[in-house]
Amino acid sequence: MSNTYDPVEVTPLHADEVARAQADALAAIAAARDLDDLKQARLTHVGDRSPIALANREIGALPPAARAEAGKRIGAARKAIGEALATRQAELEAERDARVLIEETVDVTLPWDRAPRGARHPLTTLQERIADAFVAMGYEVAEGPELEGEWFNFDALNIAPDHPARSDHDTFFVESVDSGKVLRTQTSPVQIRALLSRPLPVYVVSPGKTFRTDELDATHTPVFHQVEGLAVDKGLTMAHLKGTLDRFAEVMFGAGITTRFRPHYFPFTEPSAELDLRCFVCRGSSAVPGNPPCRTCKSEGWIEWGGCGMVNPRVLLACGVDPAVYSGFAFGMGVERTLMFRHNAEDMRDMVEGDIRFTLPFGMEV
Amino acid sequence: MKVPLSWLREYVDLPPVTAQEVADRLTAAGLKLEAIHSHGHEIKNVVVGRVLEFEELAGFKKPIRHCKVEVGEATPREIVCGATNFSEGAVVPVALPGAVLPGGFEIGSRKTYGRLSDGMICSEAELGIAESSPGILLLPQDTPIGADVVELLGLRDDVLELEVATDRGYALSIRGVAREAAIAFGVPFRDPAASEAESGGGESWPAAIADPTACDRFVLRSVTGFDPAAESPLWMRVRLARAGMRSVSLAVDITNYVMLELGQPLHAFDRSRLSGPIVVRRARPGETLETLDHVVRTLHDEDILITDDSGPISMAGTMGGLHTEISETSTDIVIEAAHFSATGIARESRRHNLVSEASKRFERGVDRELPLAASWRAVQLLVELGGAVAGPGVTHAQVEVSPVRITIPADHPSRVAGVTYERESVIRRLEQIGCVVTEGAAPAATAGHGVAATGVLASGDLADRLAVHGDDLITVTPPTWRPDLTDPNDLAEEVIRLEGYDLIPSVLPPAPAGGGLTEAQRLRRRVGGALAHAGYVEVLAYPFMGPRDLDNLLLPEQDPRRRATRLVNPLSEDEPYMRTTLLPGLLKILVRNVGRGFADVALFESGLVYRPEPQAPATAPVLPVDRRPTEEELAAIETALPRQPLRVAVVLAGEFERSGWWGEGRQASWADAIEAARTVARAAGVELGVRADQHEPWHPGRCAALTVTDAETGEPVLVGHAGELHPRVVEAYGLPPRTCAMELELSLLSPDGPAQTPAVSAYPVATQDVALTVAASTPVAEVEAALRAGAGELLESIRLFDVYTGPQVGEGNKSLAYTLRFRAPDRTLTVEETTAARDAAVALAAERTGAQLRGA
Repeated sequence: MSNTYDPVEVTPLHADEVARAQADALAAIAAARDLDDLKQARLTHVGDRSPIALANREIGALPPAARAEAGKRIGAARKAIGEALATRQAELEAERDARVLIEETVDVTLPWDRAPRGARHPLTTLQERIADAFVAMGYEVAEGPELEGEWFNFDALNIAPDHPARSDHDTFFVESVDSGKVLRTQTSPVQIRALLSRPLPVYVVSPGKTFRTDELDATHTPVFHQVEGLAVDKGLTMAHLKGTLDRFAEVMFGAGITTRFRPHYFPFTEPSAELDLRCFVCRGSSAVPGNPPCRTCKSEGWIEWGGCGMVNPRVLLACGVDPAVYSGFAFGMGVERTLMFRHNAEDMRDMVEGDIRFTLPFGMEV
Repeated sequence: MKVPLSWLREYVDLPPVTAQEVADRLTAAGLKLEAIHSHGHEIKNVVVGRVLEFEELAGFKKPIRHCKVEVGEATPREIVCGATNFSEGAVVPVALPGAVLPGGFEIGSRKTYGRLSDGMICSEAELGIAESSPGILLLPQDTPIGADVVELLGLRDDVLELEVATDRGYALSIRGVAREAAIAFGVPFRDPAASEAESGGGESWPAAIADPTACDRFVLRSVTGFDPAAESPLWMRVRLARAGMRSVSLAVDITNYVMLELGQPLHAFDRSRLSGPIVVRRARPGETLETLDHVVRTLHDEDILITDDSGPISMAGTMGGLHTEISETSTDIVIEAAHFSATGIARESRRHNLVSEASKRFERGVDRELPLAASWRAVQLLVELGGAVAGPGVTHAQVEVSPVRITIPADHPSRVAGVTYERESVIRRLEQIGCVVTEGAAPAATAGHGVAATGVLASGDLADRLAVHGDDLITVTPPTWRPDLTDPNDLAEEVIRLEGYDLIPSVLPPAPAGGGLTEAQRLRRRVGGALAHAGYVEVLAYPFMGPRDLDNLLLPEQDPRRRATRLVNPLSEDEPYMRTTLLPGLLKILVRNVGRGFADVALFESGLVYRPEPQAPATAPVLPVDRRPTEEELAAIETALPRQPLRVAVVLAGEFERSGWWGEGRQASWADAIEAARTVARAAGVELGVRADQHEPWHPGRCAALTVTDAETGEPVLVGHAGELHPRVVEAYGLPPRTCAMELELSLLSPDGPAQTPAVSAYPVATQDVALTVAASTPVAEVEAALRAGAGELLESIRLFDVYTGPQVGEGNKSLAYTLRFRAPDRTLTVEETTAARDAAVALAAERTGAQLRGA
């Protein structure tokens, strides 16, 4: 900064000059009719080249004695102008909001369905949800081929060569009835593959496509989906099976929904049970005489869900697992059936036909 | 199995509970209730009457009788009746005015055929006993007049229809269900088979077992002087009907009645039609038999037969022969009761597609000790109801059989269930089902049955390996009616189910350390999600296809997709193959949606295709089950199976972006199909290569081959195709014009590893636009690749913003306008640097593709 000063240059510091600049500025601010006018007024009166700004820059050139007073004067003017600007800015913005933004109003209820809408099939996402429930319990998801060796699908599962399921009334045979190849009738062969390929203990769940020679109708489809679970470890009991399925039922259908076992027969489990699910709609109340009926469970209080049991030691032997050391449990249920009662789907044909109206409402997850 | 409660109560003292309560207990024990059929509860005011006299009314289309009927009231009633199977003095059921018949049908007093009818004379059908009946029901002459018919005939009953699991053959009888009911209610059971059967007096007819693997017990009894005109008593007909069997004739009804009650199938021969000794053996080549249903059957050499000197006379346990059948004139009858091989009968029944009440029972296992008692019971009924005389003696051929014995630790059921059962409870439950339980290990546990039982018996090594070791051993000999009990766990199940499955607590096993989903499983989910978010709807088509699909898709003769696995028994002869491509299923579903009024459709499917290898073996071996197969044995199965890779495919037609108030939409195009492939590749984290290709079923000028780079060789690997379908494919399937499709093999997409973090530079970007003229046939991808390679490391991104053809670029050329963005990680780029990079890019494009910088 220079210690010399040029008296010509300090004219703007005169009190009346400052007062005039301030008055001009305030007048221009008051006269601004919109935010653009105000912006212009701001540039003109407090911008870099405005009289006030110039005066402010000159303060440093004053003799020290005069600096304080000039500074005070110009500071007051700048403050007044600043306040006026802010006030007017607020006024004009409010005015704009009240007028211009209203003018720009659109009809927000106009549709905007330009992009195509997709969805995943509920049978796929339901299988994923089921798998996730077991992955959370420490299981892994196991897979196997759909066109399977008979040994995997039947023999290794203790299904004797003369078992009725092994006729062409139930099973799709491939190439010839003696080829040893079938379309798997259940996801259970994945149990065998898991036991043969994985180190013990084994905890796996295997959702997948299965095939039986049923005619397609509202409650049957020849190509359907199952979820199979298998646990083989030391000391596993039916109590562990029950605990696992109760937990699964809760994850799928809500807290307090449990399962019930009924004695049954499956070649690959012994003891075996049919698995009922506590009706998650009426929670069993409809089975009590006098209570309102329930459509979901047909007032039985329970819904048939699947089959389960302790892995037959013969199955363990066929996989080279010593039944004296290890025991296991297995369970399986139909995914279509689960979808039917979890989502009130009434007709399996809808799941097969691929009509987009069926699938779209299920979105990305079920 | 249909079980009339009244029949059940004959052998078990059930407490006074409802049919539902009985059913609930049986269901809990494993005999699941299918339905309860209630009979006769609504019937009222039907009494016994005697027809005193009647007058035939003339002038009507059918004979009409106006009867005077005494019903135990002061005066006889006048009743009009359309039946003619009665004479004066007949004793009949009469529904009085105010009566209600099955179905809520009410009877009133009314005028008909010009006369008053003060009630109705009833037939069996009207009383709900039979499906149909030719005339009215005639009651025995000594029936008390005026008595209540419902009480008298026992019309009021509940029938439990139970589902019987395939291992519980014994429950296909009143005897078996009664035993379970007695255990369930803790009340006494009276065994209907326990009566002393006469067993002396020599052979009733000569017989022998020639094949001990087919039959291990064969019993014949005979009667003479049977009255072939004798009718089955009403009570028997009612029970048979309630149990779901038709009444045929007294002799046949008796064999069926005994079978239902005891579970032993019986067969009745006309003794006069037999010639020479009966032999049980397998069929010989070329033998035939005309069975009861008048079908001449060619027999298989494994079929088990009952034969005499004339040849086969009956297919054992399945269906009798016509020649020896009981006829309307048969007076001398031979009753057969036998124990056949369960698997033998199962196979026979399946081979001939013949399922009978007898075969159902033999297949599931019949009590080996029943034939003597059951045949005796039948003879008694023939004597009692048919006026027959029991023939002397009984034929009893048998093969010596040692019983199965299973040794288990007494706590084995507890260890299986995870529940502690008292030792006494274990023994009591096993004894309740008929087992003999002894302390300690038996010296030779688990011996064999005479013929193959329902379960495959463990013997030798297998038995040793199934044996459960421990302290406090007990040895269990299952009853002869439980051939399903062969293994230690079979016994555990019996104890656990009778103690109650509901006693099993709910205990979560300790959580193992799982690894979560595999990369491939996560990828499959991501791909599904990505395509759905991109606007595709997932479908799950049946994985079948037919020869027509292969032609519709224009596949050439040598196309590997024509090499498909054929099903022996396809759902439809039109689609006998397993799919080798996902497209046929998707295209048919697309057509279905269009047909239902949805012109704009985009679909996807992810699923397996089945690709048999030409050199694969034709058969997959069926391996032994008593040990782990060797790796070679397992490999022999794997190589016989087709390759089953996971694919994903899309099809789309109509507008992919919809028209609307905002303006025109956009038709689905080849570019969308290729973009779908890129969507999949992005989900997989791999770079997708695209080049022009000609591949069916795509449009030869609008088909892209899709490739990924092999991580090891750096070579492109073909993973699929995308584009617009060939117009002839569109026509063959009836698709909307310009339908597009993409199919690729998801199994081939695997990312090289975790994505690497890019360096994000905060220095300013420098942008340069270039317009290049190239020959119209030059693929854009090649130009872009050259620009990228030429521009070097400073290039951040490249974007094609215009493609122009027209007079300004000359015939046969096109102009490509690109924006190149440059940025350095460590400095602000100078104009000189970016210009140099741009020039290098253009130079390489010129070198590789002959591109000319426009305006240069």
